[in-house]
Parts: sequence; structure tokens; C-alpha cells
Amino acid sequence: MIVGEQKPLEEIWEMVKPYKKVLVFGCNTCVAVCHSGGNKEAEILASLLRIKAKQEQVEMEIKNSGIERQCEHEFYEPVTEELNWADLVLSTACGVGVQFTAEKLATTPVFPALNTTFMGAVDAPGVFTERCQGCGQCILAITGGICPVSRCAKRLLNGPCGGSSNGKCEINKDVDCAWQLIVDRLAALGRLDDYEKLTPIKDWSNERSGGPRKMVREDLQQ
Amino acid sequence: MSEKTPSKLEKILRQGHLAVTSECGPPRGSDPEVIREKAEMIKDYVDAINITDNQTAMTRMCSLASCIHLKLMGLEPVLQMVTRDRNRIAMQSDILGAASFDIYNILCLSGDHQSFGDCPTGQNVHDIDSMQLIQTVRLMRDEGKFLGGDEIARPPRMFVGAAANPFADPFEIRVPRLAKKVAAGVEFIQTQCIYNLDRFEEWMKRIRDRGLHEKVFILAGLTPMKSAGMARYMKNRVPGMDVPDEIVKRLSDTPKEKQAEEGIKICIESIQRLKEVEGVSGFHIMAIEWEEKVPEIVRQAGLYPRPSL
Repeated sequence: MIVGEQKPLEEIWEMVKPYKKVLVFGCNTCVAVCHSGGNKEAEILASLLRIKAKQEQVEMEIKNSGIERQCEHEFYEPVTEELNWADLVLSTACGVGVQFTAEKLATTPVFPALNTTFMGAVDAPGVFTERCQGCGQCILAITGGICPVSRCAKRLLNGPCGGSSNGKCEINKDVDCAWQLIVDRLAALGRLDDYEKLTPIKDWSNERSGGPRKMVREDLQQ
Repeated sequence: MSEKTPSKLEKILRQGHLAVTSECGPPRGSDPEVIREKAEMIKDYVDAINITDNQTAMTRMCSLASCIHLKLMGLEPVLQMVTRDRNRIAMQSDILGAASFDIYNILCLSGDHQSFGDCPTGQNVHDIDSMQLIQTVRLMRDEGKFLGGDEIARPPRMFVGAAANPFADPFEIRVPRLAKKVAAGVEFIQTQCIYNLDRFEEWMKRIRDRGLHEKVFILAGLTPMKSAGMARYMKNRVPGMDVPDEIVKRLSDTPKEKQAEEGIKICIESIQRLKEVEGVSGFHIMAIEWEEKVPEIVRQAGLYPRPSL
């Protein structure tokens, strides 16, 4: 899922304070799982902003709403009225949802309440960690199911750098060395010999470097 | 093995001499005198001089320009190149630029993470990794081709090196990792600083067991300790560094004003012991901001005079 982290309230306040009718707009899928931008979090954020507005003696009306997913057309219809009411929509979705909402509102600004951080998993309650960068050319089959593109700080494809120490990455002792994990996993799979196979130079045109990506499924098009 | 490049380092190694290399860090400024002065101190005592590439991710004068300064002095540079800062276009381009000045040695590295340096908020590139950089240089040299497949007019002629750390983790791939670099086409290795000689010798034994010492020249890396404090720092703070307690103790038991001298002594003793290890083809002496000590180390380790070709 996509993980996001709410921006500091001060930063959000600086964005919203010139507006009079603010809709805090939740997205109840990915960013609800990480408790950052679901409809419940949108409601809480709206309350915090009302308090802030009161403290700062700024006159504004703040409502909250939300839909299941801001990245799909089909969920928008029930909230048309609320979206049209606002002179600012503060979206608590990831960057995808913020832009998708903005595309529906030609003359109303849509601002992000979150920093979209990564695609990750729920490691433990309240702990989210990155697993994938969407590089567009998955190599997990050769790396024992552990991704060096997203989990090695140097995205090395052929083994650890000299900074791997006691299973940890040189940049931070809280970060596992991806290549230690890969080597351990290959050993557990009885495939350690595969480590010596050279991983070819990667085609990065499938990731960000190749420009905005698009996938078309003709069989699903209407 | 016949020579594949005009590299003096390659020639010395292939003739069976113990090679000696050292390194100079470029200045954090544009004064070329800094490089020239460092090189002047060591030039008669080493066969080639590495120029580091923004080591520890601190922005410095570039390795390529510094290598050109050495070349203009008639010296033999080893161009260090990290994959952190440049993509494959820039690296191939710099390799050609170096080749245009007849720089004949390159050391392929991934580079320290930028979080250690002066631009921690910058991007890192790592378009290719050090293993793939080795392959790239070999492709450019041996097949005269760019990665894109086009022909290179006047291909680079470079002796291709890389680093190896016998002490880093994971332990079980220390030897396979070198085997992989050999398969990628590396021709010489400069190792991480060696303080734990027993562990290094064990690594070398495993290298010999796989016959890798016959496929790649291994230069043992050494850095003299300036003080007990430096030994403790290297032991506790530098990832992938193995400094045994007896080294720290030996320096700590030495009066402060004599610790530097003792550090040099340890370095010389290490070289003397490692000279006897089968498969060690030479020494890479990294006297960090202490280049003036290189002549003394080389002399006392019995590695002077250097072979003249």
C-alpha cells in the first residue's frame, strides 16, 4: 500500500489560512491503513484546524468529508456538492489522490495534507516500512524475494557495499542491510551459489527516468 | 598473462614485482598545488597514485582533473570512480576524457553514502553499480564499444581495478564477492585497510582455494595509525573495519608522543608479514593526510627502490 505521513499542523495551517471554506477530504484506503489520511483522520484534522482558526482568530468554515479512494472516478459522485462548496480542498490522500481530485475541480485549489512517503507494508502496529519503488522491472526472483532497489541505500544490484556491518546498513543502525537479508534468504533457499551470477545493468527507462508511466489494458477499456 | 594496457602498474604486476600504490585525496578547493605537493612527497616510492573520488561524500576537486595534474607531472595515476554521483552517460564520458590524457588505471567503486558528506540532502545516482562499472570499462576497452552498442573511436586502454573488503559482512560471501568481481572482469584489487592479519590470511587462503589469486592481482591495503584514539575510532566507528584489541592496546600502552611512530612500526611489520602470503601481489598504502610517511614505510618495509621499467 501507499504510506503517507501527515504534514506538521503549522505547515498545513500556513497553506489553509487565507481561505474561508475549507473541506478536509479523506481517502479511506491506503492512507487509512497507516492512520494518516483516512476519513477518520480527515475528521480529526478538521477539528484541529477549527481549534487553530479559533486560536488565531481567523474566520473560516471547515468541513470534512471523504471517499473510499480518491484515485478512482467512481467514488466521487456522492461528494460533488461538498467539493463544489469549498474554496479550498485539503486532501489527506497520497499525491495521486490530491492530483486526481484537483483534475475534477478546475477553479478550486486542492492542497496536500500529507507527505506521500513510500510503498510499504505494516511491519508491526504503527510501524510501516518500504518494500517497493515501482521500478517497472521486478528482479525479486533473483534476489531471494528481497528488493535491493527499494531497500539498499545505494540500490546495488550485485551485492553489499563495504558498509554492511552486523546485518545493518552503514547509513543507520536501525536499517537492515538488504544484501545481508538477501544472502541469508538465498542460503535458506539453498541457492547461495546464485549470488555469484552477475545481475545485468538495469533498464531504468521503466521507472521515473523514462518519464510518466502509463498502462493500458485494452480488454478493460470501454 | 600478457599486458593489455600501457599501464605501468599492470606491467610491474605482470612482471612479478610486488607493486606499491598509494593515494592522495584532492583538496576542497581549486589549488592544484595541493595535489602536486602530495604527489611530490611520494612519487619515487610508489608505482601509481590513486586519486580518490569525493571520498566520504565530501565535495572536493574531481578525481579526473587531479589525475590530469599527476599525468602532467609524468606520474602514473589511478582514477577512482564512484557510481554514486554520475549516470552511465557521465561515467563513460569521463572514462573517455581520462583516456584522452592517457590515464591507464581505473578503480571502480560504489562510493560512500551521501549522508556522510556535505550534501546529505542530495540524490545519489547508482544507475549502475561497481560490478557493472567494471564490466563497462572492460566492454569499452576490449570491444571498443559503448554500453549503447556503438563503436568507440580510440577506445580507452585502462587496467581495471576494484576494492575488496575481507572484513565486511555478510561473512559467507566475502570470497564469492571477489569471484563475482573477477567474473565481471576486474584485474587488480586494492583491499580495505588490514589490521586483523589472521583474518586476512584466512581470506587469502580461501581465495587461493578457488584459484582466484591467479586471476586477479591483490594489493593488500594498509593505513598507518596515528594514535590510539584513531585506532579506537576505526575499531568502533568505521563500518567494515576490523581492528583487533591487541592493536588498540599496543598503541594505548605507548606514550602519546611515540604513538605515531608505533603506528608506522605496526604498518611496516604488517607489510613484512603479508609479503610472505601467497597471492599478495603488492601493497596499497593509504596514509590519510599523512603522505609524508609513505617513503619511510616503503623503505623500511624493504620495498625500495621501486622497479624501473
